[in-house]
Amino acid sequence: MIEPIAKPRRKNPLLRTRLPTSPPAPRSRASHGFTRAAAEGRFMLQRCGACNAFCYPARDACPACLSADLVFVDAPRRGMLLSETTLHVPADVHFRERAPWRVGLVAMECGPTLLAHLHADCAEGQPVVMSLQLDKSGQAVAFAHPERETPDMADDRQWREMTADPKFRRVLVTNGRSAVGQEAVAALKAAGASTVFVGIAEPWKPFRGEDGLRALDGVQIVPLDIGDEKSVTDLAADIGGKVDILVNTTEHVRAGGLLDRHGTSILRDEIDQSYLGFVHLAQAFGPAMRMRGADGVNSAAAWVNILSVYALANWPVFGAYSASQAAALSLSHSLRAELRPGGVKVANVFTGPLDIEWFQTVPPPKVAPRAVASAIVSALKRGLEDVFVGDVAEEIRQRLAVNPKAVERELGR
Amino acid sequence: MQTSIRTPYDRVVMAVPVTIPYVRYSVESAQWWIGRALKALVDGAKITPRDIDGFCVSSFTAGLDSGIGLTQHFGLCVRWVDTIPLGGASAIAALRRAARAVQAGDASIVACVAGDTNHVDSFRATLENFSRFNQDAVYPYGAGGANASFALIARNYMNTFGARREDFGRIAVAQRANALRNPNALMKTPLSIEQYMAARPIADPIHLFDCVMPCAGAEAFLVMREDVAASLNLPAVKILSTIERHNAFGDDPVQVRGGWAMDVDELYAMAGVKPDDLDFVETYDDYPVISMMQFEDLGFCRKGEGPDFVRQHDLTIDGTFPHNTSGGQLSVGQAGAGGAYLGVVEAMRQVLGLAGPTQVKDARIGLASGFGMINYDRGLASGAAILAGPGA
Repeated sequence: MIEPIAKPRRKNPLLRTRLPTSPPAPRSRASHGFTRAAAEGRFMLQRCGACNAFCYPARDACPACLSADLVFVDAPRRGMLLSETTLHVPADVHFRERAPWRVGLVAMECGPTLLAHLHADCAEGQPVVMSLQLDKSGQAVAFAHPERETPDMADDRQWREMTADPKFRRVLVTNGRSAVGQEAVAALKAAGASTVFVGIAEPWKPFRGEDGLRALDGVQIVPLDIGDEKSVTDLAADIGGKVDILVNTTEHVRAGGLLDRHGTSILRDEIDQSYLGFVHLAQAFGPAMRMRGADGVNSAAAWVNILSVYALANWPVFGAYSASQAAALSLSHSLRAELRPGGVKVANVFTGPLDIEWFQTVPPPKVAPRAVASAIVSALKRGLEDVFVGDVAEEIRQRLAVNPKAVERELGR
Repeated sequence: MQTSIRTPYDRVVMAVPVTIPYVRYSVESAQWWIGRALKALVDGAKITPRDIDGFCVSSFTAGLDSGIGLTQHFGLCVRWVDTIPLGGASAIAALRRAARAVQAGDASIVACVAGDTNHVDSFRATLENFSRFNQDAVYPYGAGGANASFALIARNYMNTFGARREDFGRIAVAQRANALRNPNALMKTPLSIEQYMAARPIADPIHLFDCVMPCAGAEAFLVMREDVAASLNLPAVKILSTIERHNAFGDDPVQVRGGWAMDVDELYAMAGVKPDDLDFVETYDDYPVISMMQFEDLGFCRKGEGPDFVRQHDLTIDGTFPHNTSGGQLSVGQAGAGGAYLGVVEAMRQVLGLAGPTQVKDARIGLASGFGMINYDRGLASGAAILAGPGA
């Protein structure tokens, strides 16, 4: 049984903030097959293409037939918890300050035995369901869950180390004027966020949905124009120490590629918003978040970017916009590496064209802003790094894995 | 009884058992400890370093040095060198390789040495950098090290065969009693079963007195032809048989037996003795559960009867089943790879009648075993040897 976590009290400013530490991070190259799977919330194991045997840990040859044809494939998640232990005196600092810590050996129905972190409701001799998670060093680990849902299961102490659950956390949503921003605010509140700060540029200008936002309990509208460095640093000076999750909902969509535009003024706007706005946010909020990665129940936990899936493959109809998104994507990988010492995750939510006015002429399917909002919450609750929302984004993901050149040609038709 | 087709270790003997007394922490290097052991071998045999023409070494903490670099460090000019990174199975493996080299004439006098230092952080560093599978799939799971791995094995063994903590306690308590007679043991105070049971948990069901104390130290012996030993007037230990096995029973979901179970018939067949003929047993005791498994796998009782076996035997030096007579790693300390040698070197002293305060009366034949290398979820390496004194 999980004891539900309690809402943290107001922090005593005289007390020292516990600094983040990382669990052991080194992995072999082959092992990063698990990292890829965990980033997307998939459960994959290596399977031999020659003899079909699953194996674990990651290898470079099949232990059943010595074939080198080992492929990471989606694998059955069920197993049996054979043996467990509670570690009282771990050897490194990260786990020592989190002890007691529970791990166990899980015999998978598909063959291998996995050493795994255990959800508290897993019991020896009982079936478990496995997932791959990114731990606080950003590396993949196996995690065993009870077979069926149990009360307050998301509040499990060890599980919460793997996730960025919004429950009792304070969130900054950077753009409350957009439909995605407003849906995100509602979804995060519903997921248990204690406070949602909502950035509004030029707040004296009324906007659609304003009344709804202001009516929500625990929602605080704050002035924020991310294209303006001073606006961002001013806000960070005010609330930077209490932003546990930052959701960057910047949205600046304009159609067109290179040849139909004259000059660079539209491109500059795109870069100001999508790229430099991201830079301003990261420089203003990132350092404090990285410091607060182990700051109790409402430690800093995650940074979420909403990106167009065309960051991964340029769509010339929105060619310059795609490029601005690609720049933000690249920057997000730098941010991810820089926040990692704090155990703060960076999740990128990739969407196809949204069902908003700037994609008016684009044929369906389009992504409802509400779907993006629920993907954000789901990514936080599951601790994901790469999320694809909607059919278009999912299709691009799959096609890129097969043949990126085909994607380029066909998007450029 | 099975017969062995292997070549016996005729006219090859072991001599000069050496222990460099352990310390909990040392500011010296592994090279310093190995050097002291080599010096003790040379002094003990009344030879010069130039007489050593084979060198076999094991160490976790020698940094970048393997056996070859150490030859120059110690001024050894050898025609046979080996570095054995098999952890707790290193001594049995060293003995096997050295004996065959001597038998074949590839070397005349082989120095087999294991030495490790223990700096304040070196144990954790060893854990962290143990192996690829350990790095990928063990250490990130709570950084429990061997304690965690053996906890999972012990827990499963308890569930499967009905062993209780008290049963493991009998092994630890008896060894402490033995250690109190060994001036080199790091543990100097008696241990009662009540104290054992009341110890703080480390990784359930492993509690404090199930764990060895990492320390610095070195152990060593020489392997040479029988006539060479005689010419040097050295008391000589005969090698009746040995076995070695790695990555056995990989399909067992959790380890319930070691590689000994695969080769135990061969072990006794080659020696021409039965388990009952042994005067003492030195098992590799990084945790009591592993000693209990060995009582089964080495033929003293059947699988699953280990708990009953320890309930029915007195495991002390003067008991019905003298076991880990020096106190074993549990009470002497685990000097890294030296832990592999502890039982072998003690067995040599026993059969030579040189064990002093820990001597088993009239000990002529004994068994020493090795076990090591938790690479992922189980110990991979196992080995054993049956040794006999000159009178046997």
